[in-house]
Formats: sequence, C-alpha cells, structure tokens
Amino acid sequence: MKKIYSLLSIMITSLPAFCQEPEMADTLRSEGKIYVVVAILLVILIGLAAYLFSVDRKVARLEKKINESKNS
Amino acid sequence: MRNSWWKILSVLLLIYTVVGGFLMEVPRLMIVNESIRALYFHVPMWFGMVLMFLISVVYAVKYLRSNDPDADMVSAGFAHTGLAFGALGMVTGMIWANYTWGTPWHGDPKQNGAAIATLIYLAYFVLRASLDNQEQRARLSAVYSIFAFAAMIPLLFIIPRLTSSMHPGSGGNPGFNMYDLDSNMRKIFYPAVIGWFLFGLWIATVRIRLKKAEEKILDLEYEKNI
Repeated sequence: MKKIYSLLSIMITSLPAFCQEPEMADTLRSEGKIYVVVAILLVILIGLAAYLFSVDRKVARLEKKINESKNS
Repeated sequence: MRNSWWKILSVLLLIYTVVGGFLMEVPRLMIVNESIRALYFHVPMWFGMVLMFLISVVYAVKYLRSNDPDADMVSAGFAHTGLAFGALGMVTGMIWANYTWGTPWHGDPKQNGAAIATLIYLAYFVLRASLDNQEQRARLSAVYSIFAFAAMIPLLFIIPRLTSSMHPGSGGNPGFNMYDLDSNMRKIFYPAVIGWFLFGLWIATVRIRLKKAEEKILDLEYEKNI
C-alpha cells in the first residue's frame, strides 16, 4: 500500500513537468522577426548559388577554349 | 547553360528548405525546443556525404575495371565533396549537441563512428597526395576507396544500432522513429535531402570539370613541347 501511495505522490508531483509547454520561439514569430532571419539566410543561399553558377560558367568557357585549341 | 535544370531545381529546393524549415510548425518537444529544426540542415549533410562517397566508390570500381583516368578524377572529386559535407555535418552536429546534450562531443557511438569514417577518408587524400605516378596513384587510391567505403557503412549504420546511441535509428529502432510523430517534418526534410544531393553533385561536377580542363591543358603543353 505504501508503495502505491509513494508512486502516486511521485506521479502527482511530476505531473506539472509533463503539462508544461515546451518553450518555443513564439515571441520571435509573433513579432515577425523570424522573417528577418529567413531573409538573411536566403540572401546567403542565393548569393552562394549565383557564385557557383558563375564558376560553372567560367569552367564551361575554359572547356570551350581548350577544345578550340585542340582542334586548331 | 544547357542541361542545368537540375542545378536550378537544387537551388529552388534549398530555398524551400530555408523558408519552410523556419516558418512551418514543428512538434513542441522538451529539451530540443526550436532546435529540432536543425534536422532539416544537419541530417541532409550526412545523407549528402554518403551519396558522394557512394558515387566515389562506384567510379573507383569503374577505374579498376577500365583503367580510364577520367574515372579516377571523378572518384577523387566526389570523395572531396563528400568530405566537405561530412565536415559540415560534424560541425553542425557539435553545435547542436552543445546545447541539447550539454557538450559538443558526447562520445555518442554515431558521433565517434562518423569521426573515424572522416579520418579514414582523410587518409585517402594523404595517399593520393603522396604518389606522383598517375597510374599508381589512381589504382592504389581506387582500392583504398573501396576499403574506406566498406569501413564507413558499419561505423555509421551498424555499430550505432547495436549499442545505445542518442541518434534516431539506434538501439534497434527504425531510422525515422523519432519524427514518425510528425510526418509534417518529412515535407521539408525530404526535399532538403534532394536539394542538397543535387547541390553536392553540382559542386562535385564543377570541381571535376576544372580538374579535367587542367589535365587537358597540361597534355596540350606537353604535345607542343614535342
């Protein structure tokens, strides 16, 4: 009986821990500041992709040049 | 820019990942809180690394069968890109672990396995750099690459499952058990994986093409001197 009581008391005291909402960045979202973060990441991502595109282009030009000098 | 639709697709998928990854709802869980979003960015690095290494080992086998120096160059290029993905996966994982597990290096079996696999692949580049003769370098590194890939599989996918690891898919759990709770996360996770796959392929192919161009220039100069 004692065991059951102690088990019950443990469950009751630990109940708030389960009910507690995990902390999320809801304030950041409600303020709309999350869009700032997304915008920054998008700029970096698109910037890097554009850079890779330009390197890709440069390599393509180099390949063309090599082929031309090979044929000549 | 013909045949570049997949490059554009990869950028679009990554844009979708960033927008969706930060703005879509995620499960509200204790301890991980918002850091659960790291999954969209950290895990695709490892998936990308495994794919790059897989392509690398396929071309290593191709080299051994054909002795085509181009296959060796492709194999090395993909191994290089795979290593970059692995390094990013490692660093992002350590940042996340510092806040979630309490320490950047927790000694988790998967973490240790990944570190060993990375070191094995680093040795691949040491081997390549230490040989001057092209044919010898290509053959030895192709054989080593097969060994490295074969060593990576148990280190990343088998040993962590046999012991208790804090990574999902360990201790006998199916791999995606953790976020089976919320299949909403898959809507971002899978496109993210495909996006990073394609982005990795793109980086690797540019690197390989540059290397090939370099070799061709050397050949041309050599012919001129004769």
